[in-house]
Amino acid sequence: MTASETLVATGNRAHSHGPGSPVPLQARSERPTSYDVADFPVPNGREEEWRFTPVKALKALFADEPGTEIPKVDASGPDGVVIETVAADSLKVGRPQDRTAAVAWTHAAEAVAVRIPVEAELTEPVHVNVAGLGARGFSHLIVDAGRHSRAIVIIDHTGAGELGSNVEIVVGDGADLRVVSIQQGDHESIHLAQHDALVGRDAKLHHVVVTLGGKVVRVNTNVRYAGPGGDADLVGVYFAESGQHHEHRLFVDHEATHCKSNVLYKGALAGDNARSVWIGDVLIRAAAEGTDTFELNRNLVLTDGARADSVPNLEIETGEIEGAGHASATGRFDDEQLFYLQARGIPEDAARRLVVSGFFNDIIGKIGVPEVAEHLHEVIEEKLARTAELSTSAKAVIGQ
Amino acid sequence: MATLEIRDLHVSVDTENGPKEILRGVDLTIAGGQTHAIMGPNGSGKSTLAYSIAGHPKYNITSGTVTLDGEDVLDMAVDERARAGLFLAMQYPVEVPGVSVANFLRTAKTAIDGEAPKLRTWVKDVNTALADLEMDPEFAQRNVNEGFSGGEKKRHEIVQLELLNPKIAILDETDSGLDIDALKVVSTGVNRFAEQGDKGVLLITHYTRILRYIKPDFVHVFVDGRVAEEGGPELADELEANGYERFLKAAAK
Ligand SMILES: Nc1ncnc2c1ncn2[C@@H]1O[C@H](COP(=O)(O)OP(=O)(O)O)[C@@H](O)[C@H]1O
Ligand SMILES: [Mg+2]
Repeated sequence: MTASETLVATGNRAHSHGPGSPVPLQARSERPTSYDVADFPVPNGREEEWRFTPVKALKALFADEPGTEIPKVDASGPDGVVIETVAADSLKVGRPQDRTAAVAWTHAAEAVAVRIPVEAELTEPVHVNVAGLGARGFSHLIVDAGRHSRAIVIIDHTGAGELGSNVEIVVGDGADLRVVSIQQGDHESIHLAQHDALVGRDAKLHHVVVTLGGKVVRVNTNVRYAGPGGDADLVGVYFAESGQHHEHRLFVDHEATHCKSNVLYKGALAGDNARSVWIGDVLIRAAAEGTDTFELNRNLVLTDGARADSVPNLEIETGEIEGAGHASATGRFDDEQLFYLQARGIPEDAARRLVVSGFFNDIIGKIGVPEVAEHLHEVIEEKLARTAELSTSAKAVIGQ
Repeated sequence: MATLEIRDLHVSVDTENGPKEILRGVDLTIAGGQTHAIMGPNGSGKSTLAYSIAGHPKYNITSGTVTLDGEDVLDMAVDERARAGLFLAMQYPVEVPGVSVANFLRTAKTAIDGEAPKLRTWVKDVNTALADLEMDPEFAQRNVNEGFSGGEKKRHEIVQLELLNPKIAILDETDSGLDIDALKVVSTGVNRFAEQGDKGVLLITHYTRILRYIKPDFVHVFVDGRVAEEGGPELADELEANGYERFLKAAAK
């Protein structure tokens, strides 16, 4: 890839960003949270947390009004899991960080809770499907993994319309929880989500975000630690085509000691106005000694007219850490790789597919759920086939 | 037997100051069963010739022809040229992250042959080819050229040469950056390929060292974008003794 990569601050000392790195307007820890919609003015697009987002398309989800539909939520899982409906504010691990999360919190009357009992080890994934029916609706999910449990929960967002959602995740002490959230609504759908995870003592969270569909998708993921020794692996894959906006925001708040976080997000973009935004905020508070964190975002721009923004941000308030670093790279499709493969007889479209699947290869390996990995493979193939048509028709125009 | 014919080939590249001519009328015929060495100083246009034959998009063919058994090579896409029987071992092989050598080799073999190789014999063939080039079998699981040393990249090119078994092989400074042991291993691989009898080899090199292990039938001295002089192996001996000076002076006139 013709990418420049910057690796900042690896090692056990605090660092200051050199000139050129973005200075946060406001320290991440000071950004307000509230359950009250009135505390968040309607965004105009100039706010730090909205400046990359097409706010004009989001009016319906800014309005402090009940939904015009209730999205269809189907949840099922193997023996041992408990699925129930509870009051939306029964847990409050989530704390809305922006207007749409507060609106969704207020107007989703109830939450669907998936509970994995203490020490339960689920043999099969729990499946939750949230389907938008074409209007404006809100959903609220709670995933509560008991102490020393092991489970996989797959949340599949499909359908049409405008969806505002909150997902609250609790990983009990010593538990191992994998949450996979797939965003694959119709091409005109809009989905704004906030995920809040609280990782227990010596617990492990694998949080996987797969964004494929939608006109505007924005997933804002926040991780906090309830005790020392917690470990969060945050993985994301996205592929934005013409007219799609895929935005992923992460905030990992290290306050407990000896916790780890590892963020890896990769995205491809193809087509006019394909757009991706990745914001990775990691805060290591003064008390968080022994923290080990790394975050990486890579983007592969396959055609002209697509744009990827990537903003890693590390705030370190203590020198006593194991390691902290971030890297971000956005590269165009590498013609030399294409030439090399073609020079071995591989036709151009197959060579392109090989390069792109190579780009995603490591991250697909980290999804940890074969059915999702396979599905992702298929959708990437479909998207690449459309991209190939794009470039063939572009060539045909040039060749006229 | 295959014949690659290059006639009056002119090639330019686009630069900030407009097109720059690099090849200025190259004539060369490589028939099956022959090994040709092209020797020339840095910047004389050797890689440009190799890439132009393979079809790299950076190079613009402004005039001349390249044919393989009478078929117009310049009219073919890069992958068609490879499937027609041309192979270029690159001076700087490219890394392809996330794509394993095994997957790459199988995909290439399938494309060249028009059908997937038989699974059982194929795995054996790959392991044999790796072993012949003294590469560990675990290279099959590594990503293409990623993290390979310079020498490993060059050996990997020859592994591909042996597995894909083209009609004509163009080797662009495969010897550069190799220590003497690696040079011997690579030369043995090229000789094994050539000894099939009907294969053509165009060996591009800057140094005479590799010609101790690979015996060319013809030597072409390449200076300033064209063949300045050609002859038999004795020409290489002269270069070994006197360097390129005589040819550079002649070209400067
Ligand atoms: N993109 C380019 N712009 C300008 N000059 C180029 C470009 N590519 C190659 N050249 C020039 O073409 C000449 C031949 O290069 P090359 O074919 O690589 O030579 P060799 O392989 O014999 O060392 C060199 O002088 C080189 O600088
Ligand atoms: Mg060269």
